[in-house]
Amino acid sequence: MSHQPQRSRAGLGLLVLACVTIITLDARHDVRASPVDPLRFTVAAVLGPVEDGAAAVLRPVIDLPDHFGDVKALRDQNHQLQATNAELISRLRAVDANDNRDGALAGIARLADTSGYDVVPSQVVGMGPAQSFTRTVSIDVGTDDGVGPDLTVINADGLVGRVVSATASTATVLLIIDSKSTTGGRLGDSMELGFLAGDGSLSGDGSLQFSLVDHTVSPKEGDSVVSWGSRNGAPYIAGVPIGEVTNVHSSPAELTETATIDPYVDFSSLDVVAVVTAVDGRSTSNQAQEAR
Amino acid sequence: MITGIRAGIVAVLIVVTVTLQVSIFSHFSISGVVPDLALLVVIAAALVRGPNYAALVGFVAGLVLDLAPPADHTAGRWALSFVIVGYATGMVRSDGETTVPSTLFLVASGAFIGTSVFALTGLVLREPGVDVAGALRVVPVAIGYDLLLTPLIIPLVLLLFRRLEPAERW
Repeated sequence: MSHQPQRSRAGLGLLVLACVTIITLDARHDVRASPVDPLRFTVAAVLGPVEDGAAAVLRPVIDLPDHFGDVKALRDQNHQLQATNAELISRLRAVDANDNRDGALAGIARLADTSGYDVVPSQVVGMGPAQSFTRTVSIDVGTDDGVGPDLTVINADGLVGRVVSATASTATVLLIIDSKSTTGGRLGDSMELGFLAGDGSLSGDGSLQFSLVDHTVSPKEGDSVVSWGSRNGAPYIAGVPIGEVTNVHSSPAELTETATIDPYVDFSSLDVVAVVTAVDGRSTSNQAQEAR
Repeated sequence: MITGIRAGIVAVLIVVTVTLQVSIFSHFSISGVVPDLALLVVIAAALVRGPNYAALVGFVAGLVLDLAPPADHTAGRWALSFVIVGYATGMVRSDGETTVPSTLFLVASGAFIGTSVFALTGLVLREPGVDVAGALRVVPVAIGYDLLLTPLIIPLVLLLFRRLEPAERW
């Protein structure tokens, strides 16, 4: 019996050592290659479909109230009207930027037109908990559907985030309100460029901090912000509505003025999202990275 | 052989728990916080089987939680916190009987230690998004939610672990 505590402590020591080793291996990685990644990929390949199935089983329970006659009809109509409304609003929001582009770059204006996107529709099947301090979700499409890292994810309201990793049947999406996320943005009416950073709020809708590159320009309340876009549309395509300026603040210590952006997307109730795989027939996959 | 089957059942339990936590309880989150079902399993293991076994279960459960999508943080952080929670809970438990108040106390302290250790490793590693204010907001809600689910989950898992318990403990 006297040897018990010692054995016990040795076991604990081994496990703690294993944890610290894994943390060290994984924390030292650059953006892409981590020795833990193959393991992560294997677990994702097994658990992705399981999560997918669990979400599918739960859906009828969550939708249960919909299964009553009159209420159902009204709800359907309401959903339809909301979808139409959301689409119209989203087009309207992109108009500012489109008008500006039309003059100089008529071709690019099409990018902001929702009809030009090739999308893979998908459903959110898992959400990261606040205890993990990240805002990520899993969706039920993967490399089998042509979804890979660095693709833009949108929904009817606007920009949702980007795919950070994908397995055959699931993908992980980093939401733009995560504090790790930085997005290029453009003010709808003045076409000024800036950077949007997530505020890292762990629940609810979240907000974004927008800092302009040109510090002589100040954003106005109510201005809309659309995505700036990257080369080949990876990780973000251009002209997707992001949010509206709700508050402008400047401090004497900082050169740039920052604005708080209220995102159009309701991040607390994400359900159906779309992964943009091509804009006007041109693939948005990360060709830039392949060429490197 | 028997040990293998036991280990298999515990592994299935862990996978089911993590799936429930990620896919289903995320719909019932309280200000973003999802109940730590995996942590409850680790505490139940500690109550029945003692510190060493609980630390091992904690390691596996934590690692699955670290690697399962949509996790995007440095792997090993949940594993470390669950190992510590499992071991600490097991040590405290061996001093006395498992009664309802003591179980509730162990769940509360376990949730506190687990969430705090995870937040602390995040601070040490300078993971984005982790700050003291955020942790202080999340920890009490996590403790409360875990306590809320204790009467539903712990008795079931305790029963399962008691059934699985071999004659001698290691």
